[in-house]
Amino acid sequence: MADTITEAEQAGFASDLTQSNTLGDSVKAYVQRVRGGDMGALPSIAGLVVLFIVFGIANDRFLSNLNMANLATQAGSIIILAMALVPVLLLGDIDLSAGVAGSTGAAVMGLMIVKHDQPWGLAVIAALVTGAVIGIVTGLLVAKLGIPSFVVTLAFFLGLQGVLLKLIGEGGSVRIDQEVISGIANNNMSVTAGWIAAVVIIVVFAALRLLQHRRKVAQDLQHQPFSVVIVQIAVIAAVLLVVTYVLNQNRSVNPNFPIQGIPYVIPLVVVLLIAWTFALGRTTWGRHVYAVGGNAEAARRAGINVDRIRISVFMMCTSMAVVSGIVLASYGGKVSTGSGGGNVLLYAVGAAVIGGTSLFGGKGKASNAVVGGLVIATIANGLGLLAQASWINYVVTGGVLLLAASVDAISRRRRSATGL
Amino acid sequence: MSDTTPLLELRGVNKSFGVVHVLHDVDLAIYPGQVTALVGDNGAGKSTLVKAIAGIYPADNGEYLFEGKPVSVHGPKDASALGIEIVYQDLALAENLDIVENMFLGREKTNGIVLDETTMEAKAREALKSLSVRTVKSVRQSVSSLSGGQRQTVAIAKTVLWNSKVVLLDEPTAALGVAQTRQVLDLVRRLADSGVGVLLISHNLTDVFEVADRITALYLGRVAADVATKDVTSRQVVELITTGQSSDLDVAERPSTTV
Repeated sequence: MADTITEAEQAGFASDLTQSNTLGDSVKAYVQRVRGGDMGALPSIAGLVVLFIVFGIANDRFLSNLNMANLATQAGSIIILAMALVPVLLLGDIDLSAGVAGSTGAAVMGLMIVKHDQPWGLAVIAALVTGAVIGIVTGLLVAKLGIPSFVVTLAFFLGLQGVLLKLIGEGGSVRIDQEVISGIANNNMSVTAGWIAAVVIIVVFAALRLLQHRRKVAQDLQHQPFSVVIVQIAVIAAVLLVVTYVLNQNRSVNPNFPIQGIPYVIPLVVVLLIAWTFALGRTTWGRHVYAVGGNAEAARRAGINVDRIRISVFMMCTSMAVVSGIVLASYGGKVSTGSGGGNVLLYAVGAAVIGGTSLFGGKGKASNAVVGGLVIATIANGLGLLAQASWINYVVTGGVLLLAASVDAISRRRRSATGL
Repeated sequence: MSDTTPLLELRGVNKSFGVVHVLHDVDLAIYPGQVTALVGDNGAGKSTLVKAIAGIYPADNGEYLFEGKPVSVHGPKDASALGIEIVYQDLALAENLDIVENMFLGREKTNGIVLDETTMEAKAREALKSLSVRTVKSVRQSVSSLSGGQRQTVAIAKTVLWNSKVVLLDEPTAALGVAQTRQVLDLVRRLADSGVGVLLISHNLTDVFEVADRITALYLGRVAADVATKDVTSRQVVELITTGQSSDLDVAERPSTTV
């Protein structure tokens, strides 16, 4: 859409175009969208590239295979928590308690395994249920009582830290050494399995995109030019193959103990990404989440049960936050009383916002969390390698969050000015 | 068109909020294929009447007939089940969604649990086409990129999509420029020509005289007149709105049902 609506467009362009033009036109349209303030994931991808270059120059270990695998596992829990927050942010709400709620769930899991000798599967289910219950209560308070989500979840942020203390005991921690749970962040897929998984994902993605394109063309619906579809497939394939290649190299410093393969946390993130993308983009529930975030009154008049959507979103968010809490516990080998507190939540909010999800609601995608989570993890990882004092880490991360929120606010202003 | 059964008819409707008696024995008829204009000053009871029809504030008493048969409308769902659709002044559209998504909002078509985008896009396009809407570049355009007139168009096209029999338009041209008002009025006319009964709530008498077949004037919660547009002048309607009567108009007492 051009910045200004021309007279011709106003008056009567006869057809609504189904065949959108060429690759060149698509690129031009994209540039126009970005200039109009619809930045999407662009700032975060640019930021990621800059960070990789800066840290790569500043420290020669940064780009090593070992550190790349480390970065991926560090990013895992941030990405999952950010993904959990995306639907809440889509509603224009926020969940400040997600990090602590996640660790509360992880503590429940840990205690069931360690203290009560329950199988890990049951423990994980109990943890997820804990998360769902916390989310439902939060959602009820926000939707039915009408307390701002900021206040409700701030109360939960404090209250749940107390619950965590009670569960674990002052100054204590719950050890996570169950094979499967601990393996999420610490074990790797075999090299062969990694390649097979990468190729399967690429083939399935390509097949689905091509099929969708063919159907749209056949039924004369709005569709992208074929070249754009091909470019999308090529980009996904390239990213997946490079990541798989790098992680399948031996990254051990000790030649006697090779470490290679994709850490299990990556397929977990991929599965969750697919599930969330599907839920938000292809189901009625997802459509209603966007509608409530865009205009709650319109959604209500269209017969959507706004309260139910809000409660379900908080429920999904907190359950998903528990998954992130489990990954965090797996990475750290324990759940301690401070787990999920501190800056964990702000990292995740930062990740979602940097990735292009708007704090004002109605705009965002699950994939935003992945790119944004990588940016945040890269900053933490890079600064850690440079052995900077931890105050710098806090200041830089805070600055990045502020920068992302500014980009969000400014692009929103530009969008409303240009009508995008 | 003469003496056909009204699609929707209210007889002797009263509505009070506490001690405030807002609607007094209101009679209203909406005919298929006609645009009925509901005019009245602020506080005359137009919004209350619309909400009574929509089932948002059900009337205290009186008859509610749909296609000649008495029906009971107790909520918005009852009204939409009958085929009554309301296009609100502040346009109930979600700006972050595109045209297709807005038109199907709350009534999405699905294949199992997956949204059936193919069908929805095709049907939305068909609905816009049936109204000869030419001002929309793409049905996949986000609503935030549309002008006020285009948004109004989308909201009206939504009623076509759902095969509504009666469409209530609340001040559809209030916020629009000259050219856009023109477009929307044309659209209202086409909507009525397709057999829909249209109730146009408006302050703007120019618009009313341009598009309406009948005019129902409300004055302090009572029907001051129900007349065919061709039988009255703008001055007479202004008198009806401001004083509840018009000196040289004799149809007020016995509303005619012909145009």
